[in-house]
Amino acid sequence: MLLVLLSFVILLFSALLALCLGRNPDRAQDAGAYGAAAASVAGLIPSVHTLISGNTWSLSLPWPVPLGSFTLTLDPLAAFFLVPLFILTGLAAVYGVDYLRHYSGRKPLGLAWAAFNVLTASMALVFTAGNAVLFILGWELMAASSFLLVLFEHEKAQVRRAAFIYITAGGTGALCLLAAFSLLGSGSAVLDFGSFSVSPGGVASAVFLLALCGFGLKAGSIPFHVWLPEAHPAAPSHVSAVMSGIMIKTGVYGIIRVLGFLTPWQEWWGWTLLFIGAASSLLGALFSLAQHELKRVLAYSSIENVGIILLALGLGVIGVVSRAYPLAGLAFAGALLHVLNHSLFKGLLFMGAGSVLQGAGTAELDALGGLSKRMPGTATLFFAGSAAACALPPFNGFAGEFLIYIGAFRSVNASGAPALAGVIAGLSLACAGALAAAAFTRAGGTAFLGEPRTGRAAGAHEPGPLMLFSMRALALLCLLAGLASPFLLLPAARAVGSGFGPASGYAAAQTAAVPLIYISAGGLLLLAIIAMAAAKRRAFLGGKKPAVGATWDCGYAAPTPRMQYGASSFAQPLTDFFQPVLRKIGQYPVISEYFPGRASFSTEAQAVFYNSFYYPVAARIRDLAYRFSWIQHGRLQIYIMYIVVTLMGLLIWKL
Amino acid sequence: MEIIKPLSQYLAVMVLSPLLLGVINRVKAFFAGRRGHPTLQLYFDLYKLFSKTPVYSRTTTWVFRAGPVIGVSAMVTVLAVLPFAGRPSFLSFEGDFIFIIYLLGLARFATVLAALDTGSAFEGMGASREMQFAVFAEPAFFLGLAALARVTGQTSLAGMFGALTGDTWRVAAPVLVLLTASFFIVLLAENSRVPADDPATHLELTMIHEVMALDHSGPDLAYILYGASLKLWVFGSLIGCMVLPRHSGSWASDCALFLLVMFVVAAAVGVVESSMARLRLIKVPYMLITAFAFSALALIFQMGR
Amino acid sequence: MHTFAELIIVLIILLDLALAVTGSLSSCIRLVALQGVVAGLLPLLAGAPHPRALLFAAVIVTLKGAVFPWLLMRARDQSGARKDVEPLISYPASIALCIGAFIASSWMGSRLPLPETQVAWIVPASLATIFTGFLLITTRSKAITQVLGYLVIENGIYIFGLALFVEQPMMVELAILLDVFVAVFVMGIAIFHISREFDHIDTAELSELSDWRRAGDAK
Repeated sequence: MLLVLLSFVILLFSALLALCLGRNPDRAQDAGAYGAAAASVAGLIPSVHTLISGNTWSLSLPWPVPLGSFTLTLDPLAAFFLVPLFILTGLAAVYGVDYLRHYSGRKPLGLAWAAFNVLTASMALVFTAGNAVLFILGWELMAASSFLLVLFEHEKAQVRRAAFIYITAGGTGALCLLAAFSLLGSGSAVLDFGSFSVSPGGVASAVFLLALCGFGLKAGSIPFHVWLPEAHPAAPSHVSAVMSGIMIKTGVYGIIRVLGFLTPWQEWWGWTLLFIGAASSLLGALFSLAQHELKRVLAYSSIENVGIILLALGLGVIGVVSRAYPLAGLAFAGALLHVLNHSLFKGLLFMGAGSVLQGAGTAELDALGGLSKRMPGTATLFFAGSAAACALPPFNGFAGEFLIYIGAFRSVNASGAPALAGVIAGLSLACAGALAAAAFTRAGGTAFLGEPRTGRAAGAHEPGPLMLFSMRALALLCLLAGLASPFLLLPAARAVGSGFGPASGYAAAQTAAVPLIYISAGGLLLLAIIAMAAAKRRAFLGGKKPAVGATWDCGYAAPTPRMQYGASSFAQPLTDFFQPVLRKIGQYPVISEYFPGRASFSTEAQAVFYNSFYYPVAARIRDLAYRFSWIQHGRLQIYIMYIVVTLMGLLIWKL
Repeated sequence: MEIIKPLSQYLAVMVLSPLLLGVINRVKAFFAGRRGHPTLQLYFDLYKLFSKTPVYSRTTTWVFRAGPVIGVSAMVTVLAVLPFAGRPSFLSFEGDFIFIIYLLGLARFATVLAALDTGSAFEGMGASREMQFAVFAEPAFFLGLAALARVTGQTSLAGMFGALTGDTWRVAAPVLVLLTASFFIVLLAENSRVPADDPATHLELTMIHEVMALDHSGPDLAYILYGASLKLWVFGSLIGCMVLPRHSGSWASDCALFLLVMFVVAAAVGVVESSMARLRLIKVPYMLITAFAFSALALIFQMGR
Repeated sequence: MHTFAELIIVLIILLDLALAVTGSLSSCIRLVALQGVVAGLLPLLAGAPHPRALLFAAVIVTLKGAVFPWLLMRARDQSGARKDVEPLISYPASIALCIGAFIASSWMGSRLPLPETQVAWIVPASLATIFTGFLLITTRSKAITQVLGYLVIENGIYIFGLALFVEQPMMVELAILLDVFVAVFVMGIAIFHISREFDHIDTAELSELSDWRRAGDAK
């Protein structure tokens, strides 16, 4: 526990140091990165230890804040989120050194590092807080520091817009959480998590809905996702990796924690989670297929993965309510395993996108191509991450989804609600998986394979060694976590147990270790067969030198890079089919003459939810607000008068 | 000694699977009134290709070379999980069919990336279509397996097919008929047979699977062809296990009967190919949606029982 | 024997699906006829058929399998309309609606307070068939498909009657059949006249006859 505290201290101190050294970018970088890395190591030790031993550590310090207490709790659930947090932030910090060097002298790097380290510390605080006030403090710090990081390139109008949407979403979410926590703790003097108790019924349901809105906003689940595809691409890439990899998981963590307070559950909560999860996974995968920018593809894929996690949580809740504990345990364990796995591969993928952004100067898919010749390391690692994101064995993405699938299949053989829930969950997973595979082959194929489509892509270069190091480490972890999934099951089941108590079937989930062992064996077998097939191929070649020629283009002698299948054309059959959902808008050339001149064609995926729901609502609110603009004079005296009048009014009301 | 049986099953599949394509071609030739090429043609082709020197495009990278290797390896791994004549193979565990579906996904992933690596518009076209059809085929396949799990009350492939007996057919014939139809459609689409794709076409614009292999040559092409024949075996054996409820007879007679059924399935594919025209590309998803509808109906039937 | 009856039920549902997606008018007519014949034969499977039941079955099969298709084919040929059904919604949407209808009707079938039937799925199948009839009526533009839709609804009602009135399904059925027979006759004549007046049988054009005009059309 002390080590966790130590890592807080290191983070805050190095943040301060980086801020002070802002004049000297190199030293600020060093201070920030070393601090983050050291804090990671310091934080990982107790987290891993907690997961292995299964003990809960607690620490209380005096803190004179009304309703608050400085209580830090490190139970297996918190530890299960802390492990990916510290792994990812440590590696992201290493990556960030090379990534931000590029901006040296042009941008306040000290401030960026200070914000990054505060972000890390605040997320750790969110995971370990044992008191609602402390939790909200961490939550707001997290929102503020990540807001600063999103605004890193504030000279771009798009970035400013993204940051504005982001801070609005964050504020709305925090408002919901405040309401939820005050309902939860209405009976007690101190808002400690341990003292929360709610009578089942309307209040519990209200808390659930508020928490779902507040945490769902942070998690980026549909329909609360609008900020995510704007904010994640806007931030510097190592920050995007942290935001997508772990920050949105604070929402998942919150939902799990609050569900833990609200027993006994109701069945419709499970259905709500299930449907939000199914919608997020399907629409997230579909929207990611239609994006034209690499980081936006990844951002929508994060929505898909959060959807998978929520879907599994919903399945688990339905399982517990219908007393089908083994399948509930499987679903919960699968959800948590996917939290860990997603943070590893999504971190890797965002770092890969960052390397592309830096190496080629753009991440627009249709401007890239042929990067695997120019940046082979990044390409290989990106493909490894893509395979993990498509849940392909032997990488890690498969293990979590596999547990959810088994849970779904076990419930298909049950009766009543779990059977239906199992079918819906499994079907959504299968559809989302196929769509995600299309999205990632499209993104990876367009960016890295074929011939470069523009000069910028042709002149791309490999990123710095530290960036490659971080990505290699994450790719290795993805592979290891995939092969060692049986060993991860026990910690995940422990985390479920500490979040939901013994009635969650977490003990039964451990029986799933048997199929997971088979999966690992199958993964190893696959690797062995690949090695054998590759060796055999070499033997067949037998030292003969392969001939080299041009790509066969069906007899056409002068193909140009522009004739390749691009991002839009690759996705077109699917995006056309799903046009009623996607509502992409395009400009199509009208050809009326026999010898048409130059024409241009473009399609763009709309932000459907933003355009057709949030924007009209926001516009309505803005119009309403303008009606009250007469209150705003801009004169200090009048504002002070408002304050005096309000105070007087309150006084009179209380008298 | 227990290892002997799975091992010999495994080796039998590895050796025999190219025969299926030979059978299909013989049936097609019979319907067309041609003599057709020998049943063992694919073996000859493979032998020839393995000893050839490949040609690589200047555009390609390691992804292009890795595609066939990973593709065929994924298929060979699938065989280690796939039951043979309703009997378990090396690996048989709860949810093993999920593993199979995702291994097939891995093979597709590698093949599609290898195709995109050439930078050819035609291969990109094939890759795009392959991913599109997968989006429709996978849910149909998944839902069918869910229905089968529900019918048999089992959650592993060997368990499901082991529990499938003549009695199951007597009780749940409608469901099983629907499922067999659905799996057959998925087989046709996943293995790029008519009416989803025409393996014999010579027009690159209309090809799907073949066009992705345009640039591959030598041992790489041999891997692709061999992997395709294994894939046909994988889907065919699911149907074979469906229509052949396990008998309590000896292992040898079961296996012989199963092999016979496999060739019947291949012949059925040949008959379909001879009697149908290729669908327009835009209609292929409709065909897969029909398979999805069959699976969904089967599941609804079984759940309401 | 029940498995066989269940297979017939599955066949009827598959015919519903096929009706919802088929593109050609003549195959649509044939499918409706086939469904009528299959449904007409269904009661004969229940056990040793009564001679009177045999007679009714013969009447029904003749009417639905021969007379109606012949009438409709004639109407189709004489109207000179295009030979496809011109659906207003796409294939995937039709399939999805049909599957959704089946799920909804199996749910309703489990809720309706009906006497126990011996054959599983007979009530959901009948409800799904009725819904498919509505689907044909509402989402196809030609008048002839509307007649087909009525016929499909009639098939559904007949199957529903089989499930409900195990004793005397024939009397109810005969009464309905008579109505439908008259309806098909009237519609056949109507289609013939519509096509003669307007050179096509698209019902959308009938709105021309209405008094109501959109503001833009008034100019």
